[in-house]
Amino acid sequence: MIEEPVIEAIDVVKFLGRGAGEVQALKGVSLALGRGELTLLMGPSGSGKTTLLSVLGCMLTPSSGSVRILGRSTTKTGPDELAKLRRDHLGFVFQSYRLFPTLSALDNVRLALDVRGEPAQPSIAKSMDVLATVGLAHKASAFPRELSGGEQQRVAVARAIVGDAAIILADEPTGALDSENGHAIMTILARIAKDFGRGVLVVTHDPRSLPFADRIIHMEDGRILDGVKP
Amino acid sequence: MSLIFRLASRNLLQDRLRFVATIVGVVFSIVLVNVQIGLYLSFERMVTTMIDHAAADLWVVPFGTKCFEGASLLDIRDQARAMSVAGVAAAVPVLIGFSEWTVPSGGSTPVFVIGSNPGGGGLHPWNFVDGDLDALAPPHAVAVDRTYFGRLGISGNGATTDIRDQEVRVAAVTSGIRSFTTTPFVFTVLERAQAYVGTPVNKVSYLLVQLAPGTDVEAARRGLTASLDKVEVLTSAEFRDRSRAFWLFGTGAGAALFAGALLGTIVGTVIVAQTLYSSTKDHLIEFATLRAIGSSSSYIHKVIIYQALLSAIIGFSLAAGIGLVVVTMTRDSALPIVMTPQLTAALFLLTVAMCVASATAAIVQVTRIDPARVFAQ
Repeated sequence: MIEEPVIEAIDVVKFLGRGAGEVQALKGVSLALGRGELTLLMGPSGSGKTTLLSVLGCMLTPSSGSVRILGRSTTKTGPDELAKLRRDHLGFVFQSYRLFPTLSALDNVRLALDVRGEPAQPSIAKSMDVLATVGLAHKASAFPRELSGGEQQRVAVARAIVGDAAIILADEPTGALDSENGHAIMTILARIAKDFGRGVLVVTHDPRSLPFADRIIHMEDGRILDGVKP
Repeated sequence: MSLIFRLASRNLLQDRLRFVATIVGVVFSIVLVNVQIGLYLSFERMVTTMIDHAAADLWVVPFGTKCFEGASLLDIRDQARAMSVAGVAAAVPVLIGFSEWTVPSGGSTPVFVIGSNPGGGGLHPWNFVDGDLDALAPPHAVAVDRTYFGRLGISGNGATTDIRDQEVRVAAVTSGIRSFTTTPFVFTVLERAQAYVGTPVNKVSYLLVQLAPGTDVEAARRGLTASLDKVEVLTSAEFRDRSRAFWLFGTGAGAALFAGALLGTIVGTVIVAQTLYSSTKDHLIEFATLRAIGSSSSYIHKVIIYQALLSAIIGFSLAAGIGLVVVTMTRDSALPIVMTPQLTAALFLLTVAMCVASATAAIVQVTRIDPARVFAQ
């Protein structure tokens, strides 16, 4: 049992689609993530990993069951309150980076603070610090098109952590990267978990991520099969 | 520069062709509205030019007169009856009417004759550039505006011709007294005007009443109405309103100008809405990302509104420049387009309102966005 989980799913069921196209993507999923822990969520395509990530990330609401962020239930919470939970406590890393092509690396990172209404100058300083943490201080003014895939993903990681989120949710963060860059990203994510005490959940198919995991959760057909320490 | 503004401006400028199309749409729309409203204001001013320049506290007009140019005739004996009303200091007869000016080089052209005797009120030419009011006293003397020299077939003061076989000599020249009907005005004394128009000497169009200082206008009006048959007694403001109402709305001219302005507004709104909608659609995944990282709805709305405002400011600036060129080019035309500070301010507000209203569709689209789509590859 994890003490004081930063995020917790309790018997979460999620239906997607409507009518004849309705499918049960999650069938009573329960899990908890603790601080300082990097958890891998693995499973075949269609097993419900991304749906679980969306529910844990407060982007989808469970059909039944509940999600708790830092002890607070998200049940019956409106879209804007869920958005506030995301900006205050959650950081996201996506396989396709999801950077803003018209903004520099610095501004892409700063955006996570700007949506929280933080003033410009401290935000810029903090964003520069975080870019330095991921080794990209020298590329602060570069636009995403001027960065390699690995660099773009590092900017995305910087954006996820700049707001001091307690939970980092990463969806296939190494999926579009070569081995070297994939290793670099997983190293950064593991460091974020250990050094900064964040709960990090990584959805991945990539076996090269296994050495970084504190725990591995397997999913199949909308259910968690097991949770093991590697 | 705020990050929202930077994001909005770069979203807007990312597709240069679409941005140019948007600005052209805004400019086209605002120039069209500017021209239509400018024409309306100009028309509104021009239809009351003569009333504005007449020295009258009250106008005695034939019953049912709809506008300055459309009067029937009063009997000259009404002048004496009017003078007998308490408080009336003067009742100056004025005759108006269309006639035919013989162009010296051949042919003829219609003119609008205005006759009023000098001294003590009445309706006289102004803005003299050659000669003066006294120059109209000698036989056959008239004043015309230099704008119409070409139409009248003359080159300046001293020109001679005839109106309805009555001799005419141009003795004074004015500048800027133009008619919205494009028919040249010819000013002269009352009796000569009667001859030029072919009106009996005992008939006039209006009596321009001047009241003694301290006279109650309403009391004088009641006295005049009681003393005179088949007339209406109007203040200058009332006659002005009546003339405007007739020309602008009775003829449909004003409605047509407003319809043009409305059309311009609708076209502009649709063009900007289409652009913002498609721009938002192109950046949907970015808006979903914003939502995913926790931005509030209002933050995203601000991005779209800023795009709309930028379109408005850039579009309006260009449209205002074009508007000034149009105003300059039409300055000496029969119906110059008027541009006032109030109109400029109103057009700016209209542009902003148009662009912000245009953002509605994009805002509705983005409000429904599902942040979970950021996980799609």
